[in-house]
Amino acid sequence: MIKDYLLEEKLPLFWCAGCGNGIVLQAILRNIDKRGFTRENTVITTGIGCWGKADDYVTTNSFHGTHGRALPFSTGIKLANPSLNVFTLMGDGDGITIGGNHLIHAARRNVDLVAIMVNNLNYGMTGGQYSGTTPKHAITKTSPYGHVENGFDVCKVVQAAGAPFVARGTVYDVVQLDKLISKAIDHKGFSFVEVISPCPTHFGRSNKLGDAPKMMQWIKDNTISQEKAAGMTRDELQGKFVTGIFEEREQEDYSTAYQKVIDSLRGGENE
Amino acid sequence: MGEFRFMQGNEAMTEGAIAAGARFYAGYPITPSSEVAETSSIRLPQVGGLYVQMEDEIGSMAALIGASAAGKKAYTATSGPGLSLMAENLGVAVMGEIPCVLIDVQRSGPSTGLATKPAQGDVLQARWGTHGDHSIIVLSPSSVQDCFDLMVTAFNYSEKYRTPVIFLSDEIIGHLREQVILKSPEELDIFERPEPTGDPKDYRPYDHSNGLAPLSHFGSPYIFKVNGSMHDEWGRPCARPDNADRIIRHLSEKIEAHAEEIAITRRYNMDDAEIVLICYGGAARSALSAMKKAREEGIKAGVLQIVTLWPVPDQEIREAIAQAKTVIVPELNLGQYIGEVEKRNEKNIPVIGVNRIDGQPIVPAQILAEVEEAAK
Ligand SMILES: Cc1ncc(C[n+]2csc(CCOP(=O)(O)OP(=O)(O)O)c2C)c(N)n1
Ligand code: SF4
Ligand SMILES: [Mg+2]
Repeated sequence: MIKDYLLEEKLPLFWCAGCGNGIVLQAILRNIDKRGFTRENTVITTGIGCWGKADDYVTTNSFHGTHGRALPFSTGIKLANPSLNVFTLMGDGDGITIGGNHLIHAARRNVDLVAIMVNNLNYGMTGGQYSGTTPKHAITKTSPYGHVENGFDVCKVVQAAGAPFVARGTVYDVVQLDKLISKAIDHKGFSFVEVISPCPTHFGRSNKLGDAPKMMQWIKDNTISQEKAAGMTRDELQGKFVTGIFEEREQEDYSTAYQKVIDSLRGGENE
Repeated sequence: MGEFRFMQGNEAMTEGAIAAGARFYAGYPITPSSEVAETSSIRLPQVGGLYVQMEDEIGSMAALIGASAAGKKAYTATSGPGLSLMAENLGVAVMGEIPCVLIDVQRSGPSTGLATKPAQGDVLQARWGTHGDHSIIVLSPSSVQDCFDLMVTAFNYSEKYRTPVIFLSDEIIGHLREQVILKSPEELDIFERPEPTGDPKDYRPYDHSNGLAPLSHFGSPYIFKVNGSMHDEWGRPCARPDNADRIIRHLSEKIEAHAEEIAITRRYNMDDAEIVLICYGGAARSALSAMKKAREEGIKAGVLQIVTLWPVPDQEIREAIAQAKTVIVPELNLGQYIGEVEKRNEKNIPVIGVNRIDGQPIVPAQILAEVEEAAK
């Protein structure tokens, strides 16, 4: 039961009404439950931010570290004990902005874990300043005249960095999101899922996207499948959220490769 | 029986760490510590351990802490610039009470400074490098043998007090080659993490009401919530003022209250010493030679070597001051530890610093000159 993984004493959630974080957390816990992962064999690591508070609500092992560093904490955890199921939760600030260097190296290093980045296009926790995914022209607390920089296409970055599983979903399409997370869990190696999610309190308000339901609609209206996107030009794709699985490829994970080194040195002897 | 070897300080640190049971290294190479990384990458897989080179020192410190929380004794090695990058996550180890050993082979700073030259400029950064009130254990080796033996002590302290320990070496000791005995496992006292007992449902990783709570690790039946934010006994976030007060005091007290137990000092010719050299690390070697020469000249000089820099060996320093007419503190910095001596100088005797900051070791003659001057 998903309830077994939810720390009820800590409810209600700290997140604003209409925030997408609760939907993503539910999807993750549903999948953990479906797999029958135990609380003891699961570790959820988080960064710092609104999404970074997800560990507050789980009964599994958890690690609440520093802003942007969830991936290297997870790397140490998984490499020290490869039998653990490690989930790494990051915001867009965590994942691609302050922690961007860790993200590309984690993708390349290919440690077997699931990384889920909730992209709400800004720093929710600190009041809605721009992040590395904030689109050009968007209004945030620190781009009051419209953002002059371009945002990352995070999945492209992670794909180029060598991750064997890369996907994007949204909180609007929960059925698809469930499937993406499920596939990410199944995939051995570094599995990355970006989830487009609303922050009605800051990004929504600053950009006059309306209340929470309207913001959900805004995400829906701007989402297109990668099949549809295939025929579109770069200009047509501006401001669109392309969803689907962009990479799904077998590749030896770090622990397996390193174990071979150990075995070759020790002739199979175990310590 | 131990094994006689001739090796470098940095290499002996790797051997010491492995002898202490460490099986995980995460780091980013930097002079003059890189040999720790290189020898670890050779040795760890041989004993079933793991070496991983991270993208920077921020990630290294994080991976180290993660591995320790997952049950492996873990260490890293760096130098000044890397120590600065490790500072934030060092605080996670402090707050999360996760054992780990951070080796800092000091070089001249600030910034890139003199990248290959010795210094002892990180003494206060080791103490206060991460933000917020906390206590920490810092050990300073002065020989290759120390690099081995004291490394075992560093891991033992780290596990026993659930704290990061900084192994504050310097370029002189890191690159020194001399004979060392690599002790065999039977000759070593290794402190192993006490496993939690009782009903896993009741396990509280931060309940220290009956002494330090035993440390769980991820994968054990005892659920472990590690939290760098202010937390309650369960590791769940808790911002109540009384809770914050309790945690901060605990983080300091769990070390300061055991300062005498943690203190390691060495006394040379101290029985009748009137001029006392208080020193540590690479500079302690020069201080010892200077003291011996002074004795040959009939000067009653002695050496109090501080091995545990933090927490400060209060009693030992006070006793030295009580018997001395003059205290001399040689350091490869502008005077970082001398402040700890001065704080305890209620007698108001002369406390004189001998300092060198040009990337060169302090030579015995420089210290001897001060001793002779004081003896006049
Ligand atoms: C080193 C550091 N710099 C800055 C901060 C302040 N800070 C906390 S959360 C955050 C941004 C969070 O944004 P994101 O990761 O996108 O998460 P969200 O709140 O949007 O879910 C910032 C800048 C911090 N905690 N640590
Ligand atoms: S500020 Fe934004 S991201 Fe944070 S909880 Fe509220 S809606 Fe969610
Ligand atoms: Mg965000």
